[in-house]
Amino acid sequence: MNIVENFDLYAPRLVDKEEYFSAGHRACQGCGEALAIRMMCKALGSDTVIVNATGCMEVVSSFYPTTAWNLPWIHVAFPNAASVGAGVEAGLKVLRRKGKIADRDVKTVCIGGGGGTFDIGLQALSGAMERGHDMLYACFDNEAYMNTGIQRSGATPFGASTTTNPAGRASSGKGEWKKNITEIIAAHGVQYAATACHSYPLDFMNKVKKAREVKGPTFIHCLAVCPTGWRIPSEACIKMGRLASETGIFPLYEVENGKYRMTIKPEKLRPVGDYLKAQGRFRHLTPEDIERIQEKVYQEYNKLQDKVNNLHAWSELK
Amino acid sequence: MSKRVGMEIALAAAEAVALCRPDVVAAYPITPNTHVPEHLSDIVAEGRLDADFICVESEHSALSACCGASGAGARAFTATSSQGLLYMAEIVPIVSAMRLPVVMIIGNRALSGPINIWNDLSDIMSQRDVGWISMFAANGQEVIDMAIQSFKIAEHRDVMLPVNLNMDGFQLTHVVEPMDFPDQKEVDEFLPPYKPYAAVHPDNIVSMGTLALPEIFNEVMKVKDEVLKNSKKVIVEIWKEWEQKFGRSYKPIETYKAKGAEILLLAVGSMVETAEVAVDEMRKKKVSAGVLKLRLWRPFPFEELRRAVKDAKVVVVLDRSVSFGGPGGPVFSEVRSALYNEAKRPVIINEIIGLGGRDVPVSDFVTIIEKAAKAIKETPKEEYEIFGVRGS
Repeated sequence: MNIVENFDLYAPRLVDKEEYFSAGHRACQGCGEALAIRMMCKALGSDTVIVNATGCMEVVSSFYPTTAWNLPWIHVAFPNAASVGAGVEAGLKVLRRKGKIADRDVKTVCIGGGGGTFDIGLQALSGAMERGHDMLYACFDNEAYMNTGIQRSGATPFGASTTTNPAGRASSGKGEWKKNITEIIAAHGVQYAATACHSYPLDFMNKVKKAREVKGPTFIHCLAVCPTGWRIPSEACIKMGRLASETGIFPLYEVENGKYRMTIKPEKLRPVGDYLKAQGRFRHLTPEDIERIQEKVYQEYNKLQDKVNNLHAWSELK
Repeated sequence: MSKRVGMEIALAAAEAVALCRPDVVAAYPITPNTHVPEHLSDIVAEGRLDADFICVESEHSALSACCGASGAGARAFTATSSQGLLYMAEIVPIVSAMRLPVVMIIGNRALSGPINIWNDLSDIMSQRDVGWISMFAANGQEVIDMAIQSFKIAEHRDVMLPVNLNMDGFQLTHVVEPMDFPDQKEVDEFLPPYKPYAAVHPDNIVSMGTLALPEIFNEVMKVKDEVLKNSKKVIVEIWKEWEQKFGRSYKPIETYKAKGAEILLLAVGSMVETAEVAVDEMRKKKVSAGVLKLRLWRPFPFEELRRAVKDAKVVVVLDRSVSFGGPGGPVFSEVRSALYNEAKRPVIINEIIGLGGRDVPVSDFVTIIEKAAKAIKETPKEEYEIFGVRGS
C-alpha cells in the first residue's frame, strides 16, 4: 500500500540520504523506536544537537567506545532530557551571541521514552516548555518501561499486562487509562504539538520538519511499536502502528497555534479488537474488557474530532 | 584597581561570579543561598553581565541545565543549599564523570528532618564521594577570591572537573563584611575565556555521556580518582598565582598559632575564626593551642595534614555534621584515617558542634580546649561527642 502516488519514485528525493543514526546499534529486531529515530534525524538534518534521556535508545546506541550517532549527542540521566536540553539551547544561544561559535541556527532536540516523558521527566519537560526554550522534545512512546523489562508507566494503555501489573486471576492488567501527554503539553500553549508514528513515515517527518521551523518549544508524541514488550512478531511492527491509527486508538493529529487538524484520517474506524487481539500484552482481555476499551476509544476520538471541528487558531479568535 | 566595599557576602559571591563572565546561570531558590542567584539575576537584568539566566523549576534541573550548557561549551554556574543539593544528587556524580567544569556555590544548611534552614555541613558531607573538587571559605573575602579561583581550577585542562565552594548558611551568606573586589580587568587577566576540550555542536561531532560496560567501568573510576587527586597540584599553583596577583594567600591547610602548639583545633568554614579568638584567650592563660583551617576537602590534603600535626599532642577535630551510627563526624573520620599509619601521631578527639544553626560562641571552644588539655594526660574514653546537648 503506497501512502502517496508513485512513492517509490519520489521517496528518495523526499528523504535525506545521510544516515545520522547509523546501523550497528543494539536495538531489538523490529524496533519501531530505532526506525523512528532514524527518520527523525533525516528530517532534522545535520544542524542538530540530540539530548537523550536514559532509556532504550541511549542504551542501544552508546556502548563506550562506540556510538551510533552521527549528530552531536549528549546524555546525562533519566528524568532530565528537557532540562539538559534547556542548558544546551541556552549555551548555544549565548555562545552564538558572543561570537564564540558559528553564527547559524542549530536546533536542540530532546528525546525520551514514554516513562522518561510521561512520568519521571514530566516536571523537567513542563518547566522547559513553560520557559519557552527553542527546542523540540520528541517522545518515543513504547507504552511501558521497556528498557528495564516492560514495567507499567503512565503511558501504558488500559488493559495491558506488564511485569508490574501483570494479568492474573485477580487482575486484568493495567486498570487505568493512558495519560494524554499531547494535551498536557498543548495546554502549555506551545506553538506546535503533534502525535505521530513511524508507520506513517512522511507524516512523521513532515511534523518533525514543521516543529524544527518553529522558534520556541514544540512537542511530538511518536508511538513507537515495541515487539518485545507488546509480545508481537518483529515483522508486525509497521502493521501494528497502522492499526493504532486505523482503530482510532492512537489518532494522528497536530495542534498548530491552537488549531487541531487530523493529518491521517481513517474513513471508518476499525474495531479495537483488530489491534488488541494481535498483541500478547492484551491476550487476557475478555470481550467485556474489549467492549469497554472500544467505548472509551470512540469517546476520546469524538472529543478529538470536536476539537478539530470547533477550535480555531489563536490568531483567528476575536 | 580593586576596591573595598561593605556588602552582604551572598551578594558579594554573585558579584564575584559575575566578574567571571559565566555564559549560563541556572538556579532554583532555596534558603540560605537564594541571594546569590537573585543578585546574579539583578546583574543580568542591569545589563552588567551577558549571560542566560535560566529560572529552572527545580534544583535537579538547575544542575542538569548546567550540564547541558557546559556540554555545549558554555561557562556554567549554579548555587544551592541543603535539600536542593540532595535534589541535585542524581546528577552530581555525572557532572564529574563527564568532566564538565561547572562551578557551584553551596550556602551550607542542615539537611531535613526536622526541617531547619540554618547552618551545618550535613548537605555537602552527603555529597563527599562524587568526584568534585570541594572547598570551604571562612569569610566573605575568601568567598570572593575562591569563587573566581574555582572557575580557573575547574577549567584547567589537567583538571576539567566541577568545583563546589562551600560557605556557611547565614553565618556567612547573610553577614555584611568589608571586602576587596578585584576589578574586571584583573579578573580577565587571571581567568581566560573557557575553551572546552569537546562540546556538542555539529561543527565537531561528539557523543557525551555514553554507557560503560563492566569491562571498562573500573578504568573509568580509576581515572576519576586520579584526576581528582592530581588536581591538588593545579589548585596549589593557581592559589600561588592568586597570591602573587592579589596578595592573599590560600593553602590546602592553613595554620594559626599552630607552630609548636600542643593542642590543635582543626575546623572548616566560618567557625575557624571563632576558634582563633578562643585560642588567643587560651594563649593568655599559657595554654599551648593553635588552629588548623582545612580549606581543601576534596582532594583531601593528606601530606599537608600530616606535616601540620606532627608536633601536636592532641588534635580536636570540629565537625558540623554527624555520620550517624559511624565514627562521629566525617572530617574526624578522614583525619584519623590519614594519621593511622603514622609512627608518631597525636590523640585525636572529635567534637560535633553547631548543628542546624546552634550558636557556637568562643566560650564553647574554650571549654573544648580545656577538655583537650586533659586529654594530653589521659586519652578520653569517648572518641566523639555532640557538644552542648542539653539534658546530657
